[in-house]
Amino acid sequence: MDTTKPARILHAAAAPRHSATSTLAPRSWLRRLAGPPRHAAAHAVDADGPAPATTWRLFLRNRAALCGAVALALIALLALAAPWLFPGDPLDMVAEPLLWPGQDPHYWLGTDSLGRDLAAGIAHGARASMLIGLAAAAVGLTLGTLAGACAGYFGGRTDAALGRLVELFQATPSFLFMIVVVTIAPPTIGVISLTIGLTSWPTVARLVRAEFRALKERDFVLAARSLGYGNTRIIFAEILPNALPPVIVATSVMVATAILMESALSFLGLGDPNRVSWGSLIGSGRDMLRSAWYLTAIPGGAIVVAVLSLNLVGDGLNEAFSPRLRGRA
Amino acid sequence: MNAPALLDVRGLDVHFGRHQAVRGLDFSIAPGETLALVGESGCGKSSTALALMRLLPADARLGGQILFEGRDLTTLPAPQLRALRGNAVSMIFQEPMTSLNPVLTIGDQVAEVLRRHQGLTSGAARRRVLELLELVRIPEPQRRIDDYPHTLSGGQRQRVMIAMAVACRPRLLIADEPTTALDVTIQEQILELLDGLRREFSMALLLITHDLAMVGQWADRVAVMHGGEIVEQGSSRQLFNGARHPYTRGLLGASLGLGAAPHYRAERLPEIASSIDPQTGARGFTLVQGRPTPFPPPPAAAAPLLRLEELHVRHPGAKPGTHAVDGVSFEIARGETVGLVGESGCGKSTLAKAILRLVEPEAGRIVFDGAEVSALSGRRLRPFRRQAQMVFQDPYASLNPRHSVAAILDAALRAHGVDVRQERERRARRIVDQVGLPTTALARYPHEFSGGQRQRIGIARALVLEPALLVCDEPVSALDVSIQAQVLNLLVDLKRELGLSYLFISHDLSVVRYIADRVLVMHGGRIVESGDHRSVWERPQHPYTRSLIAAVPAPDFGARRGGYASRAGGLSRPICDTQSLTVHESQAP
Amino acid sequence: MFDSRIAATLRRALLRAIPTVLGIVILNFLLLQLVPGDAADVLAGESGAATAETMAMMRSHFGLDLPLGQQLLNYLNHLAHFSLGYSPRFNMPVMELIWSRLPNTLLLMAGALGLALVLGIGCGLVMATWAHRWPDRILGVLSLLLYSTPGFWIGLMAVVLFSVHLGWLPSDGSTTIGANLSGWDAVRDRLAHALLPTLALASVFMAIYARLTRAAMLEAQTQDYVRTAVAKGLHPARVQLRHVLRNALLPVTTVAGVHLGNLLGGAVVIETVFSWPGLGRLALEAVQGRDYAVSLGVLLLSSFMVIFANLLIDLLHAWLDPRIKA
Repeated sequence: MDTTKPARILHAAAAPRHSATSTLAPRSWLRRLAGPPRHAAAHAVDADGPAPATTWRLFLRNRAALCGAVALALIALLALAAPWLFPGDPLDMVAEPLLWPGQDPHYWLGTDSLGRDLAAGIAHGARASMLIGLAAAAVGLTLGTLAGACAGYFGGRTDAALGRLVELFQATPSFLFMIVVVTIAPPTIGVISLTIGLTSWPTVARLVRAEFRALKERDFVLAARSLGYGNTRIIFAEILPNALPPVIVATSVMVATAILMESALSFLGLGDPNRVSWGSLIGSGRDMLRSAWYLTAIPGGAIVVAVLSLNLVGDGLNEAFSPRLRGRA
Repeated sequence: MNAPALLDVRGLDVHFGRHQAVRGLDFSIAPGETLALVGESGCGKSSTALALMRLLPADARLGGQILFEGRDLTTLPAPQLRALRGNAVSMIFQEPMTSLNPVLTIGDQVAEVLRRHQGLTSGAARRRVLELLELVRIPEPQRRIDDYPHTLSGGQRQRVMIAMAVACRPRLLIADEPTTALDVTIQEQILELLDGLRREFSMALLLITHDLAMVGQWADRVAVMHGGEIVEQGSSRQLFNGARHPYTRGLLGASLGLGAAPHYRAERLPEIASSIDPQTGARGFTLVQGRPTPFPPPPAAAAPLLRLEELHVRHPGAKPGTHAVDGVSFEIARGETVGLVGESGCGKSTLAKAILRLVEPEAGRIVFDGAEVSALSGRRLRPFRRQAQMVFQDPYASLNPRHSVAAILDAALRAHGVDVRQERERRARRIVDQVGLPTTALARYPHEFSGGQRQRIGIARALVLEPALLVCDEPVSALDVSIQAQVLNLLVDLKRELGLSYLFISHDLSVVRYIADRVLVMHGGRIVESGDHRSVWERPQHPYTRSLIAAVPAPDFGARRGGYASRAGGLSRPICDTQSLTVHESQAP
Repeated sequence: MFDSRIAATLRRALLRAIPTVLGIVILNFLLLQLVPGDAADVLAGESGAATAETMAMMRSHFGLDLPLGQQLLNYLNHLAHFSLGYSPRFNMPVMELIWSRLPNTLLLMAGALGLALVLGIGCGLVMATWAHRWPDRILGVLSLLLYSTPGFWIGLMAVVLFSVHLGWLPSDGSTTIGANLSGWDAVRDRLAHALLPTLALASVFMAIYARLTRAAMLEAQTQDYVRTAVAKGLHPARVQLRHVLRNALLPVTTVAGVHLGNLLGGAVVIETVFSWPGLGRLALEAVQGRDYAVSLGVLLLSSFMVIFANLLIDLLHAWLDPRIKA
């Protein structure tokens, strides 16, 4: 699923905080991504008007985004703590089958047709989903950013070649491709993440390419060239930090998409057979749909919560990065 | 004035959240007259214009009264307001390139306003649109009526906008910086068109601009704005001959092209500094007229610093045969400022980039300080890059928003072999001081500075490597008049302190006339005229130069209105005597 | 002039499509080679017993013992004759098999896309017009929820609600088996069967188009030409529809083109949930049964479909946006 917001170019709204040490010390990459406390230049006639809030502050003020971030943190915590909260294999049969949620205080989410604890399944499933989501997004991001940066910056034949490659990947329906791949190769987490990453890199590549093409023509890049900086330095130190905001927004969408794709895959029974994931829970619960529909509802609900949180965070980031719409002339 | 005012604005306030853009504005426009609203960026003139038509965004709050033909527009209900817009009151905007809907034909868009207010059928509307297109002098209206906006030039799009605005014979036309985005020759045509239509339809015209010379030529009355208030109003003759408010006088003094023709070796430009009294909150203006910088006489017969021989540069991505720079040859001597004048599309920016090897020339030689640089590439260009640097036009786009000032300067020094950190810091501090910024600026980021300050940072970046040649590509075109004066003075000072040579590129003839020793005129990729700064103006040889000079607005209070007669060189006598502005005047508003 | 621009776009798009098509074919062929074992192994495994001689005979019969390059050429040759090979599992030519299932999937996809576009753009329009007020907030929350929910889960829950508890709609297949319906009854029966799967497939795309339309319209509303339209005294509805929406549709059509591949993927899952006799379920069965000829045939054909649909989208784009050059 693609990002729904049109890519926006950051209008010089974010920069890092002051350094208490030497004024010439280089700032760390990650710190530079956060927003600064903006100083009203007291003696300047500022034609821009009042100072807009910083990127971080904008994000934090957005309650929905904050809820999403908190929910994500909780899910991550659950995923990390699963082996301690629910020790043992979640696929072990531990209790009487088909207990409804609330029937038994030990198994407060109920059990499935084979007597397996649903709560344990949800907790361990969180591990699988988060892991695959992050790994797939990492693969897609890395490939996409590198490809898009080279295509956007160098143009010409590099760009044409990338265009062809992107078209090739986009013409192949990603889910079908995934299904075919997992029958050829064993469906481990690594393979699944890699495949999802391979299907998602074109989106990132297009975004990054568009940003690079626009930024390449800006005067500060010309200035960098006139100072004699090499291509590598210009791509990574000059342009990339400015091109990142839409990519960051797209990352949350990519993780969400990866989780959805993985759940669909394991729902069909094509995922890793040794691991529990939310999709596989839905798949095994499907046989009891008519009577024990909670077996499908609860894991699905977990997916919805996770993906919703990611989308809320993504929306919040988008709002924080996009320039304030001031209509005045 | 016995006739009732067409538009009477009383105590207009505009608030955007906590920021007040316009305060207590009082002015009026009589039927058929031209009122100019003048000011620099951020003074609130555009907010005023949008407020008049109630086009401000939803989060803006309006106060006061806007009486149009007796009715208060601030309290008019929406349907009646819509009936007025485009009908009795119209507006044209600054950016013709984006003011038309790209997916509808121009015929459709002009017809839309006719059908809305006059209920014409599509056939009748189309006929009327053709008449209007002819009226605004669009060539081949039969063909163009079905064209899309992207096939028209900026000037033509503005004409279409004017056609849309006058279609229903409005009583008031508001023109918000209608010619700022256009070339000076097109500018003259558009203003002349507006004036002609005004007289034909007995329309009142509210002209919003920052260009004082334009005001002097086309406006009956002027109101000068600063900080959301009108500081002075009166007839344009009154204002130009005897302005009372110090801000107005400062503006007149700092504006080039009003008749006086100073040169940087003879005098400095006066600078206006505004200050706010911390106790009373009143605004004060100080006019600073410094003494001219003394320059040593130019060295005799030294080898030129830069020499171009038959340089040809192709348009990027175009077919072979079309050249942006078509056989340009000239020289720049050490310590000389060469001004390059031309309109948009003449190739001057491409030339600047080619000289600095940011664009590859197709043919020709570039010889810098005796060494041929046109053949070098990569690492061997390093020494040349240290010696020749560029200052860019847009202060908002020429600095990387993610790097602090210190980081920008440090990286430049490090890339050119200054390995010792203390040495880099010392040089950075020194250059920041030389461009007139405090050392606290080093730790800050570009967005924390104003346009003029950012341009200083750009100059600092260019000069931190101590180059010999500075190519300035429209360095003051994006700045307000008062800031322009400061930056030009700075460039003059730096030239003397650091022994620089400049290639100063601009479309603004008055600025070039001030700052250059020698002037080149460029048109269609070629140099059509060259001469020293006086002779090009007083005895222009090439017809293009003559038309360029003739198109520059000059405050002659309507002497040229009603068709422009070409003038045989030389501007009219000075209107504003800068000697009468004494040093350190201040006056509370 | 209008037609020449479209014709030129068509020509350009076709030329661009050819290398992509070739690339997909080769990709498919390589995937075929990566398959562990080959068709002969599979057949032998299924038949239970095979001696070395029968294996060798099968291999030469299916042309599996030829060098790689030769096999590729044979593959291309078969493709040129519109043959995708033979399915050992279903015991018929792959092409015929796919052709029998294709209409059902097309019906589902077209219905889902149409529904998603109409409802999605409509909701987006409402959200943008009443931006930040309660219609926007409510629809915004709904579309966000829909966007975050897996389509197959919506399908399952819909089955629980509408089929199991309310009994309004059927949950399996595309027609009621055994009832010999005709005329209006047959059409109604088909529609009843198609409603839930189509809605489930359309759900996430509806949300995407709604959000995208809203964002694109809000962006368009800040443009200068909208200010010009308001300054002309036009009614707000006219400004919204004729000026804002028209421009906002451009990014929506671009995104819709990219989604065709995703739509097909979604169809696989939805068809499984509803036992819909389409291409998606065929692909799944083929993959589970290791019938590589069928699964790769489906992959190839669906890629072609996507390329073709993108061609149509390119043309639509050229028609909508006069700035696209001939």
